[in-house]
Amino acid sequence: MKNIKYTLAGILFGIVLVKSQVLSWFRIQEMFHLQSFHMYGVIGSAVVTGFIAVTVIKNLKIRTFGGEEIVIPRKPFTKGNIYGGLLFGFGWALTGACPGPLFAQVGAGFTVMAVALLSAISGTWVYGVVKDKLPH
Amino acid sequence: MLLKLISAPWPWYVAGPIIGLTVPLLLLLGNRPFGISSSLRHICAACFPGKVPFFAYEWKKEIWNLFFAAGIVIGGFIAAHLLADPAPVRISPKLETALGEFGISDHNNLLPSQLFNWPALLTIRGFILIVVGGFLVGFGTRYAGGCTSGHSIFGLSTLQWPSLVATCCFMAGGFIMSNLVLPFILSLS
Repeated sequence: MKNIKYTLAGILFGIVLVKSQVLSWFRIQEMFHLQSFHMYGVIGSAVVTGFIAVTVIKNLKIRTFGGEEIVIPRKPFTKGNIYGGLLFGFGWALTGACPGPLFAQVGAGFTVMAVALLSAISGTWVYGVVKDKLPH
Repeated sequence: MLLKLISAPWPWYVAGPIIGLTVPLLLLLGNRPFGISSSLRHICAACFPGKVPFFAYEWKKEIWNLFFAAGIVIGGFIAAHLLADPAPVRISPKLETALGEFGISDHNNLLPSQLFNWPALLTIRGFILIVVGGFLVGFGTRYAGGCTSGHSIFGLSTLQWPSLVATCCFMAGGFIMSNLVLPFILSLS
């Protein structure tokens, strides 16, 4: 299966989320109360590392392992970035998790978070239904 | 010795760069933009598409994202069971005091067991934290066009300004909820 490589990448990512406590409700509250540098350090150093890596890829015109040219999709601006962003921020502070950590929490044995994950899926579904009525 | 080192909580300067390297890793593996909230959309498209145009697309072309999400679940399992740190989670004394006022004293695990457990679902507090919170995560990330991984990590590291707007709003929403609303919710039973 050619997709197994993505599962391996996901495993690595899931391990980091747990070991760095990024999926911890406590760490998220500390971040929003400015009581710890940890989350800012994680996100900040991740962005800097990602930026350096992408710059190297672009300048050296590195291709994918399959030989394709690397294309970075552009994200268009919509008002949803604002309204949706705020709504997600509310959910982030309540559950202490964004989508990645939700998956990792379930795997880590916090079984009740499977309900939060199902609820997140239903939230996405409802967005799909009401999408055209929302400001974008 | 090595296992002990891995088992201890990882500092930000180890975890952050590894998370950042996920961006080039996925690009090199197959030109995939890092992002996880899309997996929620693909699950909808695969399982409950209804007659909703938003879910009428060839989700199978994006199936890598579901393999990646499945990997996160497995990684969570491995880290929590094979690389577990037995010590309680160290939390800031200020947070400990604040939570103590709401009777939340247990921080032996990454999530407060007094808030996140199955019986809690039947309380107003637990329902809001788990079900309403989860709904907002799913609705908000799709409305915003991405989550912390898609916007805050991938979008920012590829210098996309809509992602900066989204990230600022993620943070603003979190500050409002955590400081102004959450204390009220925690005081519910």
